[in-house]
Amino acid sequence: MNEVLAFYPMLIDGTIVTIQLTVLGAIVALVISFIVGLSRISPYKSIRVAAIIYLEFFRGSSALVQMFFIYFVLPMWGIYFDAITAGVIACGCNVGAYGSEAVRGAVLAVDKDQHEASKALNYSNYEKYRYVIIPQAIPIMIPTFGNLLIELMKLTAVCSLITITDLTFVAQIIRVQTALTLEPFLVILVVYFIIASVLVKIVDLIAKKFSKGRNVMTAGDK
Amino acid sequence: MNWSWDHAYAVLPQLLKGLVITIEATIVASLIAYVLGLAIAILKMSKSKSMRVSLYWITEFIRRTPILVQLYVVFYVLPDFGIFLEAFTCGVIVLGVHFSTYTSEVFRAGIDNVSKGQWEAAKSLNYNPYQAWKYVILPQAIPPMIPPLANYLITMFKETPLLAFITVVELFRAADQYSNSYYTYLEPMTLVGVFFLLVSIPSAMIAMKLEKKFKPIKVAR
Repeated sequence: MNEVLAFYPMLIDGTIVTIQLTVLGAIVALVISFIVGLSRISPYKSIRVAAIIYLEFFRGSSALVQMFFIYFVLPMWGIYFDAITAGVIACGCNVGAYGSEAVRGAVLAVDKDQHEASKALNYSNYEKYRYVIIPQAIPIMIPTFGNLLIELMKLTAVCSLITITDLTFVAQIIRVQTALTLEPFLVILVVYFIIASVLVKIVDLIAKKFSKGRNVMTAGDK
Repeated sequence: MNWSWDHAYAVLPQLLKGLVITIEATIVASLIAYVLGLAIAILKMSKSKSMRVSLYWITEFIRRTPILVQLYVVFYVLPDFGIFLEAFTCGVIVLGVHFSTYTSEVFRAGIDNVSKGQWEAAKSLNYNPYQAWKYVILPQAIPPMIPPLANYLITMFKETPLLAFITVVELFRAADQYSNSYYTYLEPMTLVGVFFLLVSIPSAMIAMKLEKKFKPIKVAR
C-alpha cells in the first residue's frame, strides 16, 4: 500500500483531472439539457424533430463509441480536438441527452393552470417560461440531475481510454510500474466513492435550497 | 478522408461476430442483474438493521464507482488470489452486479407499490406467504416493473463496449482490431455506432410501447 501512496502527486493530479472533467462535462450537459429539452416542446416541428434526432443519436449509441468517434474519427475530417475537449464534449453531449428528458418531463409536470395564469397576466411566451414555468420546474429536475451527475462522474473514467491522465489512467500507470494490482485500484475506487458522495451531498443541499417554502414533488413521488 | 465501401464490407463479418458476443454479454449480464437485484431488494426489506445498513453502503459503493474500474479490479486482481476467470465471465459478472444495484431499486419500488391492503386481503383469505406472493402480490407488482427493467437492459447493452478493455472481442473491439491493422478508423467506428443505433432505437421503441401498456412505477435512479 505504501508503494502506491508514494505516487500521491500523480494520484492528486488524477483526482483533479477527474473533477475537472466532471465539472466541465456537467456544464456542457446542463446547457444541452435545457436547449434540447425545451426544443422538444417547441411549437415548430423542425426544431422538435432536430431535438429528437439528437436525443436518439446520443441515447441510442454507447458513450464510449461516441468518445472514440470524436477523438479518432473526426480528425480524419480535419476536425481536431485535444483529448480533454473530446472527453468533455462526449460526456457532456451524452449525459445532456438524458438530462433533456428530465427538463422536458419537469416542464410538462408544471400544472396547466400556471400556463393559464401567465396568460391572464398577459405574459409573452418568453416571460411565461422565464418567470413562471421554469422556476417551478427546476426543483422537480434536481433529483434526476443529481443522479445524472453521478453517472457523468463515472463516465469520466472512460476518458482514460482516450489518453487522458485521470484517476483510472493513473491507477493503470501505478499498476504497471509497481506490479501491484489490488492496491492502486482500491485507492482510486475509494477516491471515486468520496467524490460521488460529496456530489450527492451538494445536490441534496441544492435541492433543499430550491424547494424551500415550496410544496414540490420530487422525481420519486407520484 | 473519404468513406471506403471496401473497408466497410471487409470489416462487416468481424463486426457481426462481435455483435453476437455483445448481445450474449447483454443477456447474461441482465439475467445476473435481475436475479441479484431481486435478492438485494428482498434482503433490503430484512428486519435486521445491520443487514439493511451494510447492504445500503455496499450497493451505494458499487453505484458510485465507475464500471470500467470495477472491470479492471475483477480482471486484474482476481488472478492474484488464484481465481482465473475468462474475460467474458469477468465482464458479465461485473456488469450484472453493477446493474443489480439499479434493478434492486426497481424491484423494491414495485413491491412497495402494491398497497398494504392487498397483504391484508391475502391474509384474510388464509393464504400462506407463498400463496400471497404468488397469487396476490407478484401479479400486481411485476407488470409495472417491466418497462424500467427493459430500459436497464438497453442501458446494459450500451455499456458492453467497456468489456473490450478487458480483452473481450465484442463489437467495439472487433472494430478496433480492424482499425489497428488497416489504419482506418472511419468505417469500423461509424459502423459500430450504426449497429448500436440499429439495436437500441427499436428496443427503446419497444420499451416505450411497454410503458404505455403497463403504466410503469417511477423509480428514482
